[in-house]
Amino acid sequence: MTRKASAYIAGAFEHPTRKAPDKSVAQLHAEVAIGALEDAGLTKHDVDGYFCAGDAPGTGPLSMVDYMNLRLRHVDSTNIGGSSYLLHVAHAAEAIAAGKCDVALITLAGRPRSQGAERGIAPRRDNPVQPDFEWEHAFGLTTLNTYGMCAMRHMYEFGTTSEQLAWIKVAASHHAQHNPNAMLRNVVTVEDVINSPMVADPLHRLDSCVVSDGGGALIVVKPEIARSLKRPLIKIIGTGEAVRGQLGGAVDITTSAAVWSGATAFAEAGVTAADIKYASIYDSFTITVLMQIEDLGFCEKGRGGEFVSGGNLIAGVGRLPFNTDGGGLCNNHPANRGGMTKAIEAVRQLRGEAHPAVQVKNCALALANGIGGQLGTRHGSATLILERE
Amino acid sequence: MSETKNPAPPTNPETEMFWKAASEGRFILRKCTACGKPHWYPRAICPFCFSDKTEWQDASGRGTIYSYSVTRRAAEPYVIAYVTLEEGPTMMTNIVDCDSKKLAIGQKVRLVFKPAAAGPPLPYFRPA
Repeated sequence: MTRKASAYIAGAFEHPTRKAPDKSVAQLHAEVAIGALEDAGLTKHDVDGYFCAGDAPGTGPLSMVDYMNLRLRHVDSTNIGGSSYLLHVAHAAEAIAAGKCDVALITLAGRPRSQGAERGIAPRRDNPVQPDFEWEHAFGLTTLNTYGMCAMRHMYEFGTTSEQLAWIKVAASHHAQHNPNAMLRNVVTVEDVINSPMVADPLHRLDSCVVSDGGGALIVVKPEIARSLKRPLIKIIGTGEAVRGQLGGAVDITTSAAVWSGATAFAEAGVTAADIKYASIYDSFTITVLMQIEDLGFCEKGRGGEFVSGGNLIAGVGRLPFNTDGGGLCNNHPANRGGMTKAIEAVRQLRGEAHPAVQVKNCALALANGIGGQLGTRHGSATLILERE
Repeated sequence: MSETKNPAPPTNPETEMFWKAASEGRFILRKCTACGKPHWYPRAICPFCFSDKTEWQDASGRGTIYSYSVTRRAAEPYVIAYVTLEEGPTMMTNIVDCDSKKLAIGQKVRLVFKPAAAGPPLPYFRPA
């Protein structure tokens, strides 16, 4: 296959830390920038575009650009929560195609674990001026209970069960056992998940992702630069982004914006879900994965429960190996934002650099999808389709 | 289970009528007179047709549970929910004065205003 692409992912780095009490957030951003540049074989002086989101301390990119002392031609701080970094890959490719930059650096970092910011259970500290705040905040909206409502409705509409959702966590744990940096490396069973404490019905503790410190970074470059480097050529062949909310009151929380971002990305790439060998699917909760799998077209809407059951997401076992690093459910969810690590593991798989126990054979085509914000209220979805050249 | 006992939100010029009505025990909805559709949450500009010809109308306070979740990791567990109003739109709320084990999607509920920790009363729902 020789599809044209305007940009390639040349560098990817996941910070090994999961708890960083002795580092600042800005420092973690810079450390992952260094890691990704070293991975690509580039230096700070090559970077002429920078992308960051709401986890970057300061106003948009201003403070981090100043901290790292970068001299740039292009910046973008589009913030759609945890999916921002997948969208940044798309925006970097667009900027490169338009000649606005040649080497784009994307960073994510945070330390919610050290700071004790367990946002999942605390009422969200949204801005009182945002128009939806007035109609939600007083009712105790949390990240956990809004995803709980999605799962409850999905069960009602499609007959999805807690056991089926549990299979998603089971698959992630099978992968995490091989990742020395993963927070949770014990393999769990369906029974372990459904017997863990209920936190927001029908979601259990083990339906939820970890809270971790850390970060990650990506380097996106123009084709000429990618070919000059010594790394495998990972090209960006399809991207999509979408935002979905409460639809003026016509609320439908069993379908995500991935139904739109995925369709756009697949159309651009000229491939279908059936062609995808590996998928990174944002896993803030098990239900998040289930809905994206349906909305991206890996199975019919409402059949996600059947699709994920029996180990179908486990590398070497099932049809769709997912989150082979252990994902947010077991490995890492730095800054409470999982989009970055989704892109990084997809790059590892395409390069053949995943752990041998979970490496997908001949992995030439991969997808990464992120959901940012809250599925049950308003959220962004960003889809990337990547190909090894 | 009971309500969350949070303060009422800060109001703004676009929505202060809702909270004034709530203080009088009236539940009102915003409806567009150009396209005829009510919406939620209330806005000056219709989210369906972008007309600014929207107005308040009295609402029935009758609805059904669209979805809910019992929030257990809280000082006092509570039920967050979306309720679909008889008039059409679906809104976020708490289900109060209920046994959470007996709740079900599709169940009929009825609006009840209850005092907030501060400010005007909040619109909750209880089993009808």
